[in-house]
Amino acid sequence: MPSIQLQPDLNYIAVLLQIGIALAFVLFTYAVIAVAGPKLKGKNKDENFECGIEAQGNARVPYSIKYFLVAILFVLFDVEVIFLYPWAVNFKQLGWIGLVEMTLFVGFFLFGFYYIVHRGALKWE
Amino acid sequence: MEILFYLLAIVAIASALGVVLSKNPVYSVLSLICTFFAIAAQYILLNAQFLAAVHIIVYAGAIMVLFLFVIMLLNLNILVETQRFTTARLTAAFTGGLLCLVLIAALRSAGDIKAANPANAKIGLIENLGMTLFNQYLLPFEVSSLLFLAAMVGAVVLAKKEIA
Repeated sequence: MPSIQLQPDLNYIAVLLQIGIALAFVLFTYAVIAVAGPKLKGKNKDENFECGIEAQGNARVPYSIKYFLVAILFVLFDVEVIFLYPWAVNFKQLGWIGLVEMTLFVGFFLFGFYYIVHRGALKWE
Repeated sequence: MEILFYLLAIVAIASALGVVLSKNPVYSVLSLICTFFAIAAQYILLNAQFLAAVHIIVYAGAIMVLFLFVIMLLNLNILVETQRFTTARLTAAFTGGLLCLVLIAALRSAGDIKAANPANAKIGLIENLGMTLFNQYLLPFEVSSLLFLAAMVGAVVLAKKEIA
């Protein structure tokens, strides 16, 4: 087992506090609902509610792969934006060289974007 | 802090086992999200704060949505008794074992792993990360854009084949 130096930044207490408050709010709400809310069980009450219309068929129907394609392309560009972040913070220190580096990086993405548009991958019939 | 490390490691391994062992694929995805959060907490312990935030945003956010998409696309609701392909299982166990072997070998040869600069808790913050990324690791950064390009082309080609 390799020994790992563990020295976290204590500024993270604020973040932990926020996570804790968010979790506590959810748990509190659920607890209040369980205690204060009325409980009615029955055939009609336990049925899935679908805007007043009776539920039809199954929720798990296969749908167009287009949705998946849009989602996966979103993830790729999402990661690109994450790479922009450390560059933007150091924009002044990195100077022109940094700009050229980032232009090259974004250029590849733009090339990919051109390919996506050219192939009509984002078109909906 | 050592206790926190072991606690997070146990959570990560337990939820990773939950991914493999649960019958419902949606529960598998939820367990995987739990694993990712435990790993993100490990990143924070290693002073890699930006990486931890990105890990949660990208993995627990975007990639898990993709996994759910795949589960919906597979239409697993019709519970077909899937054939237990012994050859597929053997291959999976063999390749998984090989990966495990490589990881163990890499960890053993790495020797004593230390944080890059344990005295500096700000090493993983976005300024330092950016300076390192755009100076020392510039080539891998630029090459990664090629990887993204390949991923984009691959996704479009595979999806278009389905449409046509």
